[in-house]
Amino acid sequence: MPSHDPSRRRFLAVGGLSAALLAAGGALAWRRLTGRPSMLSSGADASRIVRALVPSLLAGALPDVAASPTEAAAARDEVVHDALAAMDGLPPHARRELAQLFALLGFAPSRLVLAGFAADWDAVPRADIDTMLAAWRDSRLELKRAAYDALHALVIGAWYGNARAWPRIGYPGPPVVG
Amino acid sequence: MAIADPVRQGLARGWRVIDASTLAHDVEQECDVAIVGTGAGGGTAAEILAEAGLSVVLIEEGPLRSSSDFHMREREAYPELYQESAARKTGDKAINILQGRCVGGGTTVNWTSAFRTPAATLARWRSHHGVRGFDEASLAPWFARMEARLGVAPWTVAPNANNAALARAADALRVSHAPISRNVRGCWNLGYCGLGCPTNAKQSMLVTTIPAALDRGATLFTRLRALRFVAARDRIATLECAALAANGVDVAPWTVRVRARAFVAAAGAINTPALLLRSALPDPHALVGKRTFLHPTVVSAATMPERIDPFAGAPQSVYSDQWLDVAPDGPVGYKLEAPPVHPILAAITLLDFGAAHAARMAELPRWHVLIALLRDGFAGASQGGVVRLRDDGAPLLDYPLDDYLWDGVRRAMTSMAELQFAAGAREVVPVHARGFGYRSFAAARDAIARFDLAPRRTPVVSAHVMGGAPFGSDSATSVVGEDGRHHEIANLYVMDGSLFPTSIGANPQLSIFAIVARLADGLARALRRAV
Repeated sequence: MPSHDPSRRRFLAVGGLSAALLAAGGALAWRRLTGRPSMLSSGADASRIVRALVPSLLAGALPDVAASPTEAAAARDEVVHDALAAMDGLPPHARRELAQLFALLGFAPSRLVLAGFAADWDAVPRADIDTMLAAWRDSRLELKRAAYDALHALVIGAWYGNARAWPRIGYPGPPVVG
Repeated sequence: MAIADPVRQGLARGWRVIDASTLAHDVEQECDVAIVGTGAGGGTAAEILAEAGLSVVLIEEGPLRSSSDFHMREREAYPELYQESAARKTGDKAINILQGRCVGGGTTVNWTSAFRTPAATLARWRSHHGVRGFDEASLAPWFARMEARLGVAPWTVAPNANNAALARAADALRVSHAPISRNVRGCWNLGYCGLGCPTNAKQSMLVTTIPAALDRGATLFTRLRALRFVAARDRIATLECAALAANGVDVAPWTVRVRARAFVAAAGAINTPALLLRSALPDPHALVGKRTFLHPTVVSAATMPERIDPFAGAPQSVYSDQWLDVAPDGPVGYKLEAPPVHPILAAITLLDFGAAHAARMAELPRWHVLIALLRDGFAGASQGGVVRLRDDGAPLLDYPLDDYLWDGVRRAMTSMAELQFAAGAREVVPVHARGFGYRSFAAARDAIARFDLAPRRTPVVSAHVMGGAPFGSDSATSVVGEDGRHHEIANLYVMDGSLFPTSIGANPQLSIFAIVARLADGLARALRRAV
């Protein structure tokens, strides 16, 4: 009953829009938009997109790249890993929606519509990602706000669940018992 | 000295517990009573029915975890112990719902607040929802029984700084407030109740009623999802369940079929209505899943000059009903409490990102946080949400946030800001949009008055799901009778928060304990008579 599901309908509407825009994209787009969620959630797109979002979402929170490059790189790797692991623990309907979102963001023409740039994630300047995130956060479109919330929770949740994040925020971590 | 783990001890002495994710074949099971869900409702019912000498089977979708597994780490606890990794959301994703999904259900992860059902709520059920025989006097012995069973008592230890700030501010503004009773014995005052109590001080179902039922020979299936009741005429013949895969979220190919004399739905007020809907049982007035209530909750964060450490110490030990005790037909009332604050939930609730977000997070030890729980379902304008099914049969709650509720949100944010400045806050951040801070009450009040309150612009959370299968005397307005028995199905009972015709107007666990104790006692008597 997808027509009774407003959240899903919105994702599908964007999927439809993108599919129409990108008919020329052909088989690749179609496979991405309809592919099995488990394949997509563990796929390269999600990993690359999350990795690209980390420096923007967590600016000022992650270890400084210039001061401690090794630590900064490890922190980024762990955020990406933990965010993807968190996705895999979600129920099928939530994994499916995230997979659709990552499929749209992974395909250049639909990325242009949603994010405002067509360049691939590895090549987008951080400033463009900052601009995209701010636009989504403040958007009048519920779809963009929903996408913002989902990516924000995945990435920011992954970092603040990590003990590396705690000294900077004055959180001592759980007490020792037993 | 290691902390004794009563669950691991019980397993060692031979409890019948079957992790369905380890099955390699279908299972047929028979018993007197099959109970779906092991939270406040299912756990309470299990002990009473097992002590009556009935054979009981418990079915739980989540895993069995106990104090040895509770490491007080959010990133372990949310995926392990909560529905949808603590990210369950309403259909438009505007409300984030915290619900337990583990043995003990919500009681394993709640914040131990225990209130008797307010008199005004019981009066409303009597006057507007045809619920007879549930007045304060007739419920008093059931409250007393469950309070004694679960160690419910006023918290006499000094409140943590987050709660002390609420009490101090309320005194300054002559706002009513009182200590909250908690269901704990020998509490260490750590502050990690929401991640599973590591010391077994919290008297959850996990360490009280469920061990008692298992000691009496009950059988517990974990990682087993109740799919549907199969009815033959006016009785349920079988409950069909699907074993979950090892990852706990996908389905394995194995089915467990349970035959019983009576069936109890106690899966919580989203999953119980969904189970009834999947079963396609008679519902002549289309009531199942309607009028589902959430106590929609909004948040106000303040930066204090001193350390608050809102992650430490017993959460929610002080409350104020100053704005709850209002005419039920008027604008929505709200209850104020001071919650525990841990890094993940704090960080994902602040909707900004980058440097501004990081700067706010760096102030965490000086945060003082209040929440306002809106009492939905009282006025005619407040019809709550509707549970329906996704394509794959999973439940989905649509809950419209309308002007009636936004009006309450605006007033609640204003009340919280005033209290926080009275407590000495340097800055108050009513949690909305990017989360700007204000340096005076006048500035905060004026800003709140102009807030563009909207779904997902204003974070709204819920930890209390109620309604959807209400009890009452009239089958045109209720799904089950006052004994919990389904109006159309003779051997099916509802025993959880789904029963409530409105929200409670207080943290609901004790309402569920007491009302279910009474219903389960009645069912035990009926089944023993019938032997």
